[in-house]
Amino acid sequence: MLRIEKLNFSYGDLKVLWDVDLEVKEGEIVTVVGANGAGKSTTLKNISRLVKPDSGALTFDGQDLSRLPSHRVVELGVVQVPEGRRIFPEMTVMENLRMGSYVKGTRKDRERNVEWVFDLFPRLQERQKQLGGTMSGGEQQMLAIARGLMANPKLLLLDEPSLGLSPLLVKNIFDIITGINRQGVTILLVEQNVYQSLRIAHRAYVMETGRVVLTGGGQELLDNEHVKKAFLGM
Amino acid sequence: MAVFLQSLISGILIGGVYALIGIGLTLIFGVMRVINFAHGDILMVGMYLTYILFTFAGIDPFVSVLISFPLMFIFGGFLQKVFINRVLNAVAQNQILLTIGLGLIMSNTVMLIFTSDYKIITTSYSSSTFQLGGGVSVSWPLLISFLITSAITAVLYWFLLKTDTGQAIRATAQDREAAQLMGINVKRMSIIAFGLGSALAGTAGALISPTYYIFPQVGSTFTLKAFVITVLGGMGSVVGATLGGVLIGITESMSAAYISSGWKDVVVFSLFLLVLLLKPSGLMGKSRT
Repeated sequence: MLRIEKLNFSYGDLKVLWDVDLEVKEGEIVTVVGANGAGKSTTLKNISRLVKPDSGALTFDGQDLSRLPSHRVVELGVVQVPEGRRIFPEMTVMENLRMGSYVKGTRKDRERNVEWVFDLFPRLQERQKQLGGTMSGGEQQMLAIARGLMANPKLLLLDEPSLGLSPLLVKNIFDIITGINRQGVTILLVEQNVYQSLRIAHRAYVMETGRVVLTGGGQELLDNEHVKKAFLGM
Repeated sequence: MAVFLQSLISGILIGGVYALIGIGLTLIFGVMRVINFAHGDILMVGMYLTYILFTFAGIDPFVSVLISFPLMFIFGGFLQKVFINRVLNAVAQNQILLTIGLGLIMSNTVMLIFTSDYKIITTSYSSSTFQLGGGVSVSWPLLISFLITSAITAVLYWFLLKTDTGQAIRATAQDREAAQLMGINVKRMSIIAFGLGSALAGTAGALISPTYYIFPQVGSTFTLKAFVITVLGGMGSVVGATLGGVLIGITESMSAAYISSGWKDVVVFSLFLLVLLLKPSGLMGKSRT
């Protein structure tokens, strides 16, 4: 579904991605784990075309993403829920959701999708008239995911969805991600919470300083000595 | 009391036009974080457009809004697409130089064509008034322009609050990158925002042309005024610019009535400084973190 080959990217003179290869197949949850600054978020930014890759191939269902502007990538069904949630602070919950289905072709499903996300996150239904900026971190994260789902994603890119949440909410979010995946949405998850994300992943990649250093099944990597030592403190 | 009411009413009426100018500038700043130093010059182009339509086609200045609004929208959209979209990621001083340069080109081009002579549009109602009772009289052209302003502002609010495109403009202003991730074409939103801002400035130019001298350098006064209104209301806030415009209008007309018209700018700028001292982000502004 998504195929990244030899992706290279630099911020000015600073090279941050080195020959990254990554693949996501339909129906999977794929996780990219790694420390801060390993290049995980930058990889997602390249996929969403918020930045322009230096070189390498980025294809989604055979379409070359590297030649498309960011809004066209969303139209193809590659939708990112960004790190830090990035809710529109001065718009209500409902308006934020409406923006999620801004892309033509998703507007007709707006009502159905609103029902779907309210079903997933009943909290949002109670808060639908509240301004996004006044909500708690956990509520904003739910809204960010819900807003992403409004765009009928085929592939949902999640950037650090558990960051800054209480342990209880973290577990909740990972359960919800698994649930969304079971409903047919393919997921590429970027996380610093290595244990939780490997636990739900079908396959995973480990990134260190801009390179993919390990890849394998989620459980397989959980048992890997290097992963245990570097990320799980065992 | 009559003097007070008189200047309050005149202030509100002229404040409506100021609001239009301020909303245009704040919309552009909100969406692009670009300070448009050509704003007054765009207004000036709107005045000359009205002058041309009036002199050569006999179209009434108020009716000509129907023509100048779309024309100025296209003009602004063109400026954005061809020039300003290229400097969106540039340092602030380059953006400032670009918009100042565009303004200079506009005023000098107009001067080349029309010379720097003052032009006036004299309509049958230019100086007509009607009595409101109690010694208060209202100028017809000011009242009509206020009504048009109110209608345009109402439609603009509806557009920004209720339509998908309007919401996308607000979303772009609140978080440009997140807006991109929603599939919003932010370059297109910038073009619409600059087009709208220019159309509003041009319309304001058309509306004041029956009561104001028209000359190529008239823009600088309005650029300054637009800044005061926008900063007073809070940069990027449409509600703030509306409030700021009316507030400046009232302050000007009150100080002209009670002190002297020569001192009105002093009073306006004092008020401006006072507000900034007490609330640096402006009346409706949020402090940015």
